[in-house]
Amino acid sequence: MIIFASCIILFLIGLYAIVTKRNLIKIAIGFAFIEYAVNLLFALIGFKHGALAPIITQVNTPHNFVDPIPQALVLTAIVIALGTTALMLTVILRIYNRYKTFDIAEIKKLKG
Amino acid sequence: MRGMSLIVKTITNITVGFMFIYGLYIILHGHLTPGGGFAGGVIVAGAFVLKILAFGSERSAEKKSATRASIFESIGGLLFIGIAMSALLVAGTFFLNFLPKGTPFHLLSAGIIPFCNIAISIKVGAGLFSIFLALGAMKYIMED
Amino acid sequence: MSFIPLFFALPLITAFLIPILGKIFKPLIWIVSTLVSFVLFIISLYGIAVTQEIPMVVYKMGNWPPPLGIVMAFDSFSAVTVFVISIISFTSCLFSYRFLSRYTGQWKFYTLLMLVIAGMMGISITGDLFNMFVFLEIAAIASYALVAFGIDAKELEAAFKYMVMGEIGGLTFLLSIALLYAKTSTLNLADISYSLQVVGHTPFFWMILGMMLFAFSIKAGLVPFHSWVPDAYPAAPAPISSLLAGICTKVFGIYTMARIIFNVFGLTRAHDPMFFNILIGMGLLSIAFAGLTALNQTDYKRLLAFSSISQVGYILIGFGIGNFYGIVGAIFYILAHGFAKGLLFLTSGSVVYATSTSDLKKLAGLGERMPTTAWSFRFGGLSLVGIPPLVGFFAKLFIILGAIKAGFLWLAVLAILLSILTLAYLLKIENSVFMKKRKSDTKRAPFTMRIGMVFLVVLIVIIGIGFQPVMDFIVGPAAHALLRGVEYANLVFSHVLVNF
Repeated sequence: MIIFASCIILFLIGLYAIVTKRNLIKIAIGFAFIEYAVNLLFALIGFKHGALAPIITQVNTPHNFVDPIPQALVLTAIVIALGTTALMLTVILRIYNRYKTFDIAEIKKLKG
Repeated sequence: MRGMSLIVKTITNITVGFMFIYGLYIILHGHLTPGGGFAGGVIVAGAFVLKILAFGSERSAEKKSATRASIFESIGGLLFIGIAMSALLVAGTFFLNFLPKGTPFHLLSAGIIPFCNIAISIKVGAGLFSIFLALGAMKYIMED
Repeated sequence: MSFIPLFFALPLITAFLIPILGKIFKPLIWIVSTLVSFVLFIISLYGIAVTQEIPMVVYKMGNWPPPLGIVMAFDSFSAVTVFVISIISFTSCLFSYRFLSRYTGQWKFYTLLMLVIAGMMGISITGDLFNMFVFLEIAAIASYALVAFGIDAKELEAAFKYMVMGEIGGLTFLLSIALLYAKTSTLNLADISYSLQVVGHTPFFWMILGMMLFAFSIKAGLVPFHSWVPDAYPAAPAPISSLLAGICTKVFGIYTMARIIFNVFGLTRAHDPMFFNILIGMGLLSIAFAGLTALNQTDYKRLLAFSSISQVGYILIGFGIGNFYGIVGAIFYILAHGFAKGLLFLTSGSVVYATSTSDLKKLAGLGERMPTTAWSFRFGGLSLVGIPPLVGFFAKLFIILGAIKAGFLWLAVLAILLSILTLAYLLKIENSVFMKKRKSDTKRAPFTMRIGMVFLVVLIVIIGIGFQPVMDFIVGPAAHALLRGVEYANLVFSHVLVNF
């Protein structure tokens, strides 16, 4: 239970970084934290004590595997996170190019 | 001198080929061992990235590779959906594994999965390489 | 051969084909994407026809049976959503042809547009929770990039805001999927529904539901989490604003929310009135706050963006009322608001195309020079306010009817009163853009743009006048599909209706 709770704490740390940090790159790092937290949680959900990695290498293997589905999900989530992070960094660099700053307080050409 | 020092260049020349072959191995054995299209594609793209990092590149050459990468990415995506659609057209179900499965644990087995792996690896490799190029091209935009 | 996979396979194939086609012959890009979105429209009509006879078409991807593999569950509610998506994307494609002439890299635009369409189609037909997340992210990431398409300072800032908010929503959704998987060990919506009936309404159940509600509220742009909407819509190119406001927020937020609340978690007004009252409260907050803010806006597209937030509140009220009429009203509202707001953003696009500004103070007297745009605006606006016989009237009527049937007289009165706000801010645009004296000569909207707008006007009028068949064949069955509740799961698992 503690180990699940620590994932949630990691998630909240990332959320804290996104909400309070003023540097755009630090916000992107906050997102990386959240993604890691969720992926870690997924991997831990599938974990079983003393079980093997879910890879069948011969015809008669003992069927004592950890749950393979969360691992597949993590893989998919990592790919999505890769796309988001790449897009976010590109946008951040473009913003830097226009505003010459990473400080979110100085980026306010919009009203809201 | 363009790129990095002579030591890096020499080491790169030696390792790039191995990286490429290793990536291909991961792709082609994706249905037998851990790894597969995504991991293999990343390794192959890593070989290209290493080459560019070590040797440097011209802006025009980067533009050309970006165009090529985007075309390869489209081809990879089309191949993947093409496999799924051909299952729909041939066997009547989207993504059905309609090819003969073969004997397990042999290289030629598992029906359409190796082909899916190849398509994914093209897509991922080209996509990752074009992400690298796009982020690298930011330095020209900054200079302008 | 089944039609279900075509919904997301066709736009995906087009998305990957476009970069190659663009190298061969440029205008081909536009022709192909418009054609594909029109084909999707035809297929969605066929889908509606199919759901008349069969309550749910279950499609097993790769022939894996439901709890093991991914299934596509296409019922009447999916059919309505797919229908609206295909129409709005068709008109956006039509409109983009001339509108995009000032941008470079057009193939990127159409590729991203097709990805958004594929993602939305996928969300609305999938029967698998993680699959829903993946499609949601495909569509969301493509839409972030589309908002930033102009790569000017404002566009980038808006896109960054949208991305931060949207990703917080998306990752919260992923976290709730993880927790749900830990409890139920399955990702199939129907199977989750079975497991949750066993679990019962524990605090855990409500926590997951709360997280999902939070995530979808961000995606739908409801009031406490709306801050990205008024930046993102004006920054995006007009066809994309039309798509985002018309249907994206509804599919990302409202469709998913309704599906999960009614069919997966199996909540009903009779058992959990508190939860449905929260929905009504959030809806009212959105309507009132965003409606009042819209009155002070001086930018055409920004005003429309606030109006969208406010109108989405009505849909939420409809679901919150939770009886048959309320849900019919909500689904009608998805139709009505999709067409009307899509149309209004298209008119804003043609105004921007003609005058290169969307500032209400600089615009005047466009009505005589651009009659099609002006009249499209009037029809869309009147439908949004709820003037009979346009479709928006019936949407509001059913919501009000539902409120009265559920015993919320005050809610019915409030809904009518708040629609005066809609009239007020739309009159502001009408007054300053289309009335008054003309200041300078402007261009006229090109033919393809006008076709897109007229198509939507015709739909608004036809669906309004012929609301009875629409009610009987499209919206009514969709409401029944939602009210079916956890019966949804039985339908998915009944192997009779497989692979139509």
